[in-house]
Amino acid sequence: MIRRRDFLKSDNNDKVWRCSFMPVIGKSYFLFVLMLMTWLLPVMDIRAAEEPQSLEVIDPYLEMHTGPGEGYPVFHVIERGQKFEVIKRRTDWFKVRVKKDKIGWVDRAQMQQTLTASGERTKLKKLSAGDYSGRSWEAGLLGGDFKGARVMTVYTGYYFTENFSTELSLSQIIGGFSSSTFVNVGLMLEPFPEWPVSPFFTLGTGIIETRSRSSLVQSRDRTDSSSHVGIGARMYFTKRFLIRFEVKDYVLFSSDNDNEEITEWKVGFGVFF
Amino acid sequence: MESRVWRVLLSKTLYIIIGFAFFMPSISFAVEVLKPQESSVIQPEVKRNEFKESKIDTENFELGFYTGFMSVEDFGTNTVYGLRLAYHITEDIFVEAAYGTTTADRTSFERLNNVSLITDAQRELTYYNVSFGYNLFMGEVFFGRSTAFNTALYIIAGGGSTEFAGDDRFTMNYGMGYRFLSSDWLAMHLDVRDHVFDIDLLGQTKTAHNFELTIGATIFF
Repeated sequence: MIRRRDFLKSDNNDKVWRCSFMPVIGKSYFLFVLMLMTWLLPVMDIRAAEEPQSLEVIDPYLEMHTGPGEGYPVFHVIERGQKFEVIKRRTDWFKVRVKKDKIGWVDRAQMQQTLTASGERTKLKKLSAGDYSGRSWEAGLLGGDFKGARVMTVYTGYYFTENFSTELSLSQIIGGFSSSTFVNVGLMLEPFPEWPVSPFFTLGTGIIETRSRSSLVQSRDRTDSSSHVGIGARMYFTKRFLIRFEVKDYVLFSSDNDNEEITEWKVGFGVFF
Repeated sequence: MESRVWRVLLSKTLYIIIGFAFFMPSISFAVEVLKPQESSVIQPEVKRNEFKESKIDTENFELGFYTGFMSVEDFGTNTVYGLRLAYHITEDIFVEAAYGTTTADRTSFERLNNVSLITDAQRELTYYNVSFGYNLFMGEVFFGRSTAFNTALYIIAGGGSTEFAGDDRFTMNYGMGYRFLSSDWLAMHLDVRDHVFDIDLLGQTKTAHNFELTIGATIFF
């Protein structure tokens, strides 16, 4: 009876609460860590272990270089019929292993003169204009002139369709009297994406934050919103790169009802995915 | 009494939940492994060893840090620290983005006249740039009789911005560097760069050349 009353006593409640729960929390922390480790089980599934891929040579021989470059000397050749493993890749060179201890680099052109483990000719993707036209993402850097000031832009774009895309860009404008940070979002229309130099039209809006040069007497920092229209052109360059040129006309809506109109031109490169 | 029962129930439930969660992934994994094959009587096991180009690990990115000395024209020479991220486009061309910082000294004018042209906060110089590099001379260096390392001498140039003395200044940079690959994935760099920007601290605009000499390490991934 007395024991039961002890449990009923309210002023000991906190202690009892802590006493009965602490071991739970302590144990559960340990269990939690163990739980995390068991969650790794499906990931460490031995059935799906990654092995280096094996290829067989069908050319008379394959040259292995000491480094990933044309100038590096050939120190070993892999003969026809021999198998080798592909370890990794850097630009257009593949690091391969043959006979358990010989490791060297083989270039892309020679890698294609091989057969895969299932007996098919090895196909290595060569990025071309076809991939360019099917792109969905683009990112790049542009530089140019913003009404006499230098502008540097980093942008990223997403293609909804071949003709229609949206773009987000961040620019830094450095001029003689001020420097600004400009964030822009816009829509792009590319009516003839299949042309080698394909033109586009753009329309968008943005926010520009301007800081006057500290050496000026009257320094005034301001933030304005803006809108722009522009035209430009894109050209596929090589591999995953494209070159871009654009001219944009901005209207800056300043708070003192004195809108500023600025013309900007930029040129740069982009990467597409 | 209710509170005690409630507490006990709660702790027991907690145990059960934790135990269940603990075993769940293992249970599901075991179930998946032991699942009876729902198929017809004859099921030929054809395992196609397809070559997947996407499974090959591509190491075109380089990430690392560097440190060294940067001489800010008129403002003395101080330690510079920076981060660098590079992408190798081909075996010859790469593009690099760098971010560095250094703290400038006082100019001799300031020291002689005991004045301060700029505040201490403004004396901190930070720059960022994007540059294109060209591996001019690739080669091998030999250490002793049986060790060889791959190296490359590159030239690099680009543009960016420097924040110094309260303003952002458009900066061009050019220079050259030496990349020493101590292993496949680790490279040491020795880099010499000239950062060029216009500065107008005393009313007159002049072009400042700021030389930088750094050593650094990068990893390929």
